[in-house]
Amino acid sequence: MTASTTLEGDGREADLLAGFESTIAHNDRIEPRDWMPEGYRKTLVRQIAQHAHSEIIGMQPEGNWITRAPSLRRKAILLAKVQDEAGHGLYLYSACETLGTSRGELTEKLISGAQKYSSIFNYPTLSYADVGTIGWLVDGAAICNQVPLCRTSFGPYGRAMIRICKEESFHQRQGYELLMTMMRGTDEQRAMVQESVNRFWWPALMMFGPPDADSPNTAQSMAWGIKRNTNDDLRQRFVDMSVPQAEALGVTFPDPELRWNEERGAHDFGQPDWDEFMAVVKGNGPCNAQRIAHRRAAHEDGAWVREAAMAFAARSRDGHADTTREETK
Amino acid sequence: MTEQTSAEWPLYEVFVRGKRGLNHVHVGSLHAADDDMAVRHARDVYTRRNEGVSIWVVRSDAITASSPDEKDPMFAPSGDKVYRHPTFYSIPDNVPHM
Repeated sequence: MTASTTLEGDGREADLLAGFESTIAHNDRIEPRDWMPEGYRKTLVRQIAQHAHSEIIGMQPEGNWITRAPSLRRKAILLAKVQDEAGHGLYLYSACETLGTSRGELTEKLISGAQKYSSIFNYPTLSYADVGTIGWLVDGAAICNQVPLCRTSFGPYGRAMIRICKEESFHQRQGYELLMTMMRGTDEQRAMVQESVNRFWWPALMMFGPPDADSPNTAQSMAWGIKRNTNDDLRQRFVDMSVPQAEALGVTFPDPELRWNEERGAHDFGQPDWDEFMAVVKGNGPCNAQRIAHRRAAHEDGAWVREAAMAFAARSRDGHADTTREETK
Repeated sequence: MTEQTSAEWPLYEVFVRGKRGLNHVHVGSLHAADDDMAVRHARDVYTRRNEGVSIWVVRSDAITASSPDEKDPMFAPSGDKVYRHPTFYSIPDNVPHM
C-alpha cells in the first residue's frame, strides 16, 4: 500500500513512475499492490467512493415506493432492484478498499458530507411513474457512464463495473416496461408518465457532470485511463439513444432546442441549468438533508447490531461449548 | 466515531465456483463478523443471479501474496526458458498426431 515510503531516492521513484506510465500506455491494468502516483490513488478513491455512495443513497428514492407498489409482481421487481443497488455499492466499496481506504472511513465521509454522491438522488420521487422514469433515464444515463468504465485502468474498479453493467440492464428494462404499461392505461396515467419525464430529463443530463470546458479533472483522468470519454461525449450519446426510446414510448422531452442535426449525424439539444446543478452539488437540492439524515440514522441505529455480531463472534471463538450451554438453558 | 471504525468487521476475500468443473475464482471482498456470516453475505452480494454453485471465503489478513515491487522480479526465471513450450521444437509436417 505504501510503496512510496520504502523508496530510497528519486531515481527509484522515476523508475516506478516510468513503469506505471508504460502499463497505462500499453492499456494494461494497474492492480492494488502496484506502485501508483498519489494523485492517481486519490482520484480513484474520490471517484469510486462517490460512485459507491451514489448506489447506496440511490436506494432511497425508489425504496420510497416499495410498500406502495401496485402489485406483488411490481413489488418483487422493485425489491430486487433496490437490493441490487446495495450490492453495487458493496462491489464498489470493495474496490475502493483495495486502495487502502477502510469501509468505516468511507461511511463516515458520506454521512459527514466530506464525500459526494450523484446529485440526481437529491430529487424526490413524487409519483409511482418516477420508479419507471428512474429505471429508464437515470439508470440509462448510468449505463452510458459505466460501460466505458469497464475498461478503466484500475483493475478492481473495472471488474466491479463489469458486474454492475450486467445488472443495470435489468434496471433499465424494468423501468421502460413499467412506463410502457402505464402508457397503455388511462389518460391520467399517461399524463403521470409525461410529468415524471419532464421532471427527470434535465437532472438526468446533469448526471454526466459539467460541460468539458468546466471539468478541470477530465484531462488528467483520461490521461490516466480512469475515464475513457468526456462528459459532453457521453451526454451526446445518451441523448441520441434516448430520443427514439421516447418516441416509441409516446412521450416528449422538455427541451425546445432538441432536434436532429443531419450534418452532425446527432441531436442538438439545450443545456441543463448548471446553476441548479451547482446548488444541488453544494447541498441545496430538494432532498440532500433528508438523504444524509436517513443514511446517518440507518448507520447509527445499526451500531448495536454490528457490535452484537462482533461480541457473538468473539464469544464463539473463545469457546463454542459455552455458547451452546447458554442456549440450551 | 473512531470507536466504530476500530470495531469494523474484518475483511474477507470471496471466491465463487461458477459451475461444476470450474475453479473457484476471486470475485471481491466483504466485511463480516465471522466466517459463517461471511459465507451468507457472500451469497447475497455475489450470487444473486445463479453466478455460483460454491463459495469460499477467507480472511484477507490470512493471504500471503507475492510483491509486485520486488527488484528481482519473481517471474523472471520463467521468461527465458522457451524450451518449456511445445512450439520450441520443430517437427516435420509429415509426422502425424503431434
